[in-house]
Amino acid sequence: MINVLLITFVISLLYISIANRLLTYVKILAFQGILLFGVAFIELIEINPINLAFILLETIVVKTIAIPMFLTYVIKKNKITREAEPFLPNFVSLIIVTLIIIVTFLISNSIADTHLNKIYFVVALVALFSGLYIIISRKKMITHVIAYAIIENGVFILSLAVGNEMPMLVNLGILLDIFVSVFLLGIFINKVGDVVKDIDITQLSNLKD
Amino acid sequence: MIGIYLTAAVILSGLIFVNRKRQVNKLLVTLFIIVQWAFTIYEYYHKGIVELSYFKPDALAVLLLVTLSIISIPALFHSYEYIYPEKENPKTRSIYYAAMTILITAIGAAYLSNHIAVTWIFIEITTLSASALIFHRRNSGSLEATWKYIFVCSISLTFVFIGILFLSIALGHSGEQGLFFDALINQAANLNTFWFKLAFVFIFVGFTAKLGLVPMYTAGIDAKDKAPTPAAALFSSVLMNVGFVGIFRLYTAVAHSSIHSWANHVIMIAAFLSLFISTVYVLKVKNIKRMLAYSSIEHMGLVMLGLAAGGIGYYAAVLHVILHAFAKSALFLQIGQVYNIYKSKNLYNLGGYFKYNLPGAIIILIAFICVTAMPPSGLFISEFYIFTALFKGGYLFILIPVLILLTMIIWAIGKNFLKLLFTPPVNFDESKIEKVSQLETLSQFILLGLVIYLGINPPAEFVNLINEAVKNLIF
Repeated sequence: MINVLLITFVISLLYISIANRLLTYVKILAFQGILLFGVAFIELIEINPINLAFILLETIVVKTIAIPMFLTYVIKKNKITREAEPFLPNFVSLIIVTLIIIVTFLISNSIADTHLNKIYFVVALVALFSGLYIIISRKKMITHVIAYAIIENGVFILSLAVGNEMPMLVNLGILLDIFVSVFLLGIFINKVGDVVKDIDITQLSNLKD
Repeated sequence: MIGIYLTAAVILSGLIFVNRKRQVNKLLVTLFIIVQWAFTIYEYYHKGIVELSYFKPDALAVLLLVTLSIISIPALFHSYEYIYPEKENPKTRSIYYAAMTILITAIGAAYLSNHIAVTWIFIEITTLSASALIFHRRNSGSLEATWKYIFVCSISLTFVFIGILFLSIALGHSGEQGLFFDALINQAANLNTFWFKLAFVFIFVGFTAKLGLVPMYTAGIDAKDKAPTPAAALFSSVLMNVGFVGIFRLYTAVAHSSIHSWANHVIMIAAFLSLFISTVYVLKVKNIKRMLAYSSIEHMGLVMLGLAAGGIGYYAAVLHVILHAFAKSALFLQIGQVYNIYKSKNLYNLGGYFKYNLPGAIIILIAFICVTAMPPSGLFISEFYIFTALFKGGYLFILIPVLILLTMIIWAIGKNFLKLLFTPPVNFDESKIEKVSQLETLSQFILLGLVIYLGINPPAEFVNLINEAVKNLIF
């Protein structure tokens, strides 16, 4: 069951690489939150119930509801155009993300470690690298925030791999998630809307040498 | 004590944030400095005693904590001159000071932390408070710098977190105990090499955002340019040391394992690339604050070269970090005065500084000697040790290019500073010069005096502390 959920997660990354509209990105993010809820529930069922409840609540409340709602609110409030505006054609993005998956898969095959479930490692690294790829290949700042949320999801999956032995690390990852998302989204995007009218990284490129 | 300190600091910064009166604000800031110093002295006399199970003031932590406490006095008090009377806004002032106190507290706690995850948490807090400082002016330039800083630092800290996860995979069943730096040193030899290598790479790359090395150095440059100068003085000195502490403590564990020479190569490549990039930009850059920020990258590259070279390089690296903090913070505080006089950071508009502010010009001259590591600067001693270590380690093919790059950096910094001091300025209206507080210059003299004194004639206690800090590396 975990394998099904994690593979669906990877497929959602492929879909995000060819998605055109910002709202599609947000919906995929919410969908990933549900997938993570399932994975966390199955994987961590044996740990302390209060801790488990906290982790599950975070995946549902923060990852699935709060962040996507906030992103939608920001997109509407600042009247951001609905296109994602990638620098590269979608076809190229699809090929690159596929290559990332293949390369990570090959690397993970060379690991000889019995006590780690390799699929977590593969999925986490794929999420990390495709998130980084989306950051460098999209024009709008809001897509950068979305890509950061994808990286966070990858980190969450990786932390689940060690979650049974060290639940503290999962909690730390969640803290990072909440802290940074609140900070990036809550305070910042609002301010950006006040100072810079259209949120586009081409306007934030004055500081250079 | 650290529990009391953290609580007191949080309460004080909360009060500073709520309060809007200038006099009360000054009183609270003074109170914070007293708390900071009381804490520093307490930790000095209770070295090596674990507190709250996660904090342990070892020799390195004590050294850097004293550095932090010394630098925080001028950084906090001279901010009052920086926040100009005509722009005096109670709200931004209280945000500024609350962020400053939180930043200093978080840096201090990150030095003392003995657990990699706790270090990580406090470094996350430094990112958040630093971004409030960068945004102080609330214009589009500071907005851009803040956005880049938060974004790059968040991604870097995510990298560190991934590194910690890999480290815990490498530790396997030894569990959470292994994430303590002390325990990690003992277990390093038995760890799975593959996971340990991955963990090292991720944590190193993540901490370079704070330390200012390739690949994540970019965020710090914009931050130091756009932040108010007293805050920039903290960013380019004590905040960089936070990154150093993180890497140094992990490196100590790595040195006890089989991946030591591999890690040395990784560090050396990053350090050499940083030196190269800083040379290219120092030669090209027109903004004096950015030039200093790139010069910090050069110094951190040298520190990492010393660490990778080994032998006396370990001692030199710690010495260099401390002395660089004093020299660079003094220089940044002085650049604040330069900006007050010329209202510009562009080298094209600066000049004739001897005529407009004599004590400041002398500071610039001494700081130039200190920062480019010419004798009698203490940085000369540490750089000399670093080069000795490289030579003894057989890294001639690194040493020779590094020396050529350093020569170019000295030429570029010298050219720009001497222009600032002696060439007549272009389009400058002499009638509107603001009077500069000479008290501010005095603290810079003290900081630069420390650079020379600690390098030429280090007290025995200072040398002992550094030797104790690197004792785990030499075996």
